[in-house]
Amino acid sequence: MRPHAQTARILLALLPAIPTVLALVGTLVLFSLFLLVQGQPFLDAVGLIFQGAFGSSFAWQSTLLRASPLMLTALCVALPAQVGLIVIGGEGALALGGMCAAIVPEMLPASTPWLIATPLMALAGMLAGAVWIGAVGALRQWRGVNETISSLLMAYIAIALFKHLVEGPLRDPASLNKPSTLPVPPSMMIGPLPGLEVHWGLLWGVLACIGAWVFVKYSTKGFAMRVVGGSNRAARLVGLPVNLLALAACALGGAAAGLAGMFEVAAVQGSANASLLAGYGYAGILVAFAARQNPLAIIVCALMIGGIEASGSLLQRRLDLPDATTLVLQGLLFANLLAWEALGGRIAAWRVQLQAAALSDINLPMEQTHA
Amino acid sequence: MPDAHSPFVILLLSLFAGAIRVSTPYLFVSLGECLTEKGGRVNLGLEGILVSGAMSGYAASFLTGSPWAGVLAAGLVGLLLGCLHGLVCSLPRVSDIAFGIALMLLGTGLAFYLGKPFIEPQAPGLQSFDLGTWTSSPQLHNALHINPLFVIGVALAFVLQWGLRATRWGMTLRLVGDHAETARAMGYPLTRIRIIATAVGGFFAGIGGAYLSLVYPGSWNEGLSSGQGLMAVALVIFARWQPLRCLWAALLFGAAGALGPALQSIGVTSGYYLYNAAPYVLTLAIMIINCRPDRTLAGAPGELSLTR
Repeated sequence: MRPHAQTARILLALLPAIPTVLALVGTLVLFSLFLLVQGQPFLDAVGLIFQGAFGSSFAWQSTLLRASPLMLTALCVALPAQVGLIVIGGEGALALGGMCAAIVPEMLPASTPWLIATPLMALAGMLAGAVWIGAVGALRQWRGVNETISSLLMAYIAIALFKHLVEGPLRDPASLNKPSTLPVPPSMMIGPLPGLEVHWGLLWGVLACIGAWVFVKYSTKGFAMRVVGGSNRAARLVGLPVNLLALAACALGGAAAGLAGMFEVAAVQGSANASLLAGYGYAGILVAFAARQNPLAIIVCALMIGGIEASGSLLQRRLDLPDATTLVLQGLLFANLLAWEALGGRIAAWRVQLQAAALSDINLPMEQTHA
Repeated sequence: MPDAHSPFVILLLSLFAGAIRVSTPYLFVSLGECLTEKGGRVNLGLEGILVSGAMSGYAASFLTGSPWAGVLAAGLVGLLLGCLHGLVCSLPRVSDIAFGIALMLLGTGLAFYLGKPFIEPQAPGLQSFDLGTWTSSPQLHNALHINPLFVIGVALAFVLQWGLRATRWGMTLRLVGDHAETARAMGYPLTRIRIIATAVGGFFAGIGGAYLSLVYPGSWNEGLSSGQGLMAVALVIFARWQPLRCLWAALLFGAAGALGPALQSIGVTSGYYLYNAAPYVLTLAIMIINCRPDRTLAGAPGELSLTR
C-alpha cells in the first residue's frame, strides 16, 4: 500500500501541470506539422529554437533581456485577472510609462545623483501606467465598459499619444532619423547586474513577481481580490469594497507595465522612441495566460516566451524562415494552452481519486487499531 | 451652392468619401460579429481573421489573377478560423474571450508568416464603379467611387436584419443566444448552431480583410490593419446588435477613420497621430456613454459573456 500512496502523492503534486505540459507537446507537434507541410526541416527548427533561447551564454543573455519586461507586462494581465478582469492593454501602459520616465531627467538638474533620479523615474513610469490601466478598471466598475476592449483601445490611444509627443513636442531636435526624446544622461542610466550583461530590470521583475505572489496568496487584500474574482456577487454580499479592489488590481498591474517601460528607457534604449513599442505588452498577455495568472509561474513562463522571441533571429539566419515564425509559434502555444483547459473537469475527478489513494496509508493504522 | 473649393466643403466631402471607402471592413466585420454574438458567443479573434483574410485574399488574387477569387479565398480562410474558434470554445471551460485573444495572435502570426512572399508583388485589385463622371468637383468624383464589396455589404446588412427578424433560422439563432436553456429544451442543437454562427461570422470578417488588401488601401503589408477587427466588436455594442445599425455605425467609424487623411488634404498636418486615433476615442466614448454598470444593455443577447 505504501508505495502506491506515495506515487499518488507525487502524481497529485504534478496534476496541475498536466494541461500546460500537454499544451506544450501539442504546440510542438502542430508547429512541426506546420513546418513539415512546407518542406522545412522541422527538427532543425525546433532544435534551433532551443539553441537560440538557451543554447549559449549569448542566447541566455538575449532571453533574459526579453524576459525582464515580459515579467512586468505579464503582471499587468495577471493582477487584474485576480479580480476576474481580462486586461490586454499593457503595451499602452508600457509606452506611456517609458515616456513619462524619459521626461523626468529633463526636469532634474544634471548633477542629480542616480540614487534620487532613478527612483523618481520609476515612480513616474509606474504612476503613468497605474493611471492608464486604473482608468480601464474604473470604467469597468463604474460604467460597465468591457475591460478587454477598452484596455486595447486605451493602448491604441496611448500609442498614438506616445508617437505624437515623441515626434512632436518632446522630440530631441538632434534625433534626426529616429525621433526620440532627449537622451537620459549617462549618470542616470541603469547598469548591468554584477557579473551579467543583463540590466537590473531583471532582478526587479523577479522581485515584483515574487512580491505579487506573496500579496495575492498571503495578504488579506490579495485574498479579498481573489474572492472578487471568484464571485463578484459573493464578494458584494460579504461587504467587500469590490470596485476599489478591482481598481487597485488594475492600477497595480498598470504600474508594473509602466515600470517595464521605465527600464526599457533607462537601461536599454536610453530615450523614449518607437523601439519601445516592441510588443512586450502583447507578449505579456501570453505569458500571463501560460502562467495561469500565477505571479510566481510568470517568472518561468517569461523565460520561455522570452526564449522563443530571442530565437527568432537565429531561425531567420540559419533556415531563412520569416521573422513571424516565432509569432506563429506563440499563437499556437496560446491556442493550445486555452484548448487544453478543457481537461480541467477530468483533472478535478482524478484529483479526488488520487487524494483518496494518497490518504490510504494514513487510514490503514487506524483501521488496524479499530480491528 | 456653396463654394466647392472652400476647405470646409473639401473636408466634408473627404469625410463623406472616407466614410464610404473606410467603412467597408468595419461593416463586414461588425456584421460577422453581430451574427456570432446573436448566438451568444464573442469572437475577439476577428482582428486576426481580418488580417488573415487580407493576406489570403491578396495572395489568391495574385496567384489566380482574379480579385473575386481573392475575395472568396479570404472568406474561406475566415470561415476556417471562425470554425476553429467555434469548435474550441465548445469544449468545456474554454473562455471565448480568451480564445479570441489567442486567435488574434495566431491569425496575425500566420498571415505575417505566409504573407511574406506577397509583400512585394502587385496583385490585381477590385475595381470600383465610377458613379461620379457627371460632376466637375474632383472631391465629389472621388467620393462616388463605389466598390462592389460596399454594395454587397449594405445589401448584407438589410438581408441579415430581415433574416434575424423574420426567418426560422434567425429566430432559432436569437433564441440560442438569448436563452440557451429554452433552446435546449426545445431540442435545438445549441453547440452546432453556435459553431455555424461563428464560422459564418468569420467568413464575413475574412471578406472585410480582402477589402483592405484588394481595394483600400489596396496592398498587403504587415501594418495593414490598425485594430479595425477589434473596433468592430465595440461597434456591435454601439449598434445594439442590429445589423442595420451596424451599417450606420460603420459609416460613422469610417468617417472618423478618414479624419486624419482628410485634414491632411486641406493642409492640417500637425497632430497627425492624434487625428488618426479618432476612431479609438470615438469607440471608447461611445462605450462609456452606452454602457451601464447595473444592467445589461437593451438588445443584448442574454447568453453573452461580454455584457455581463
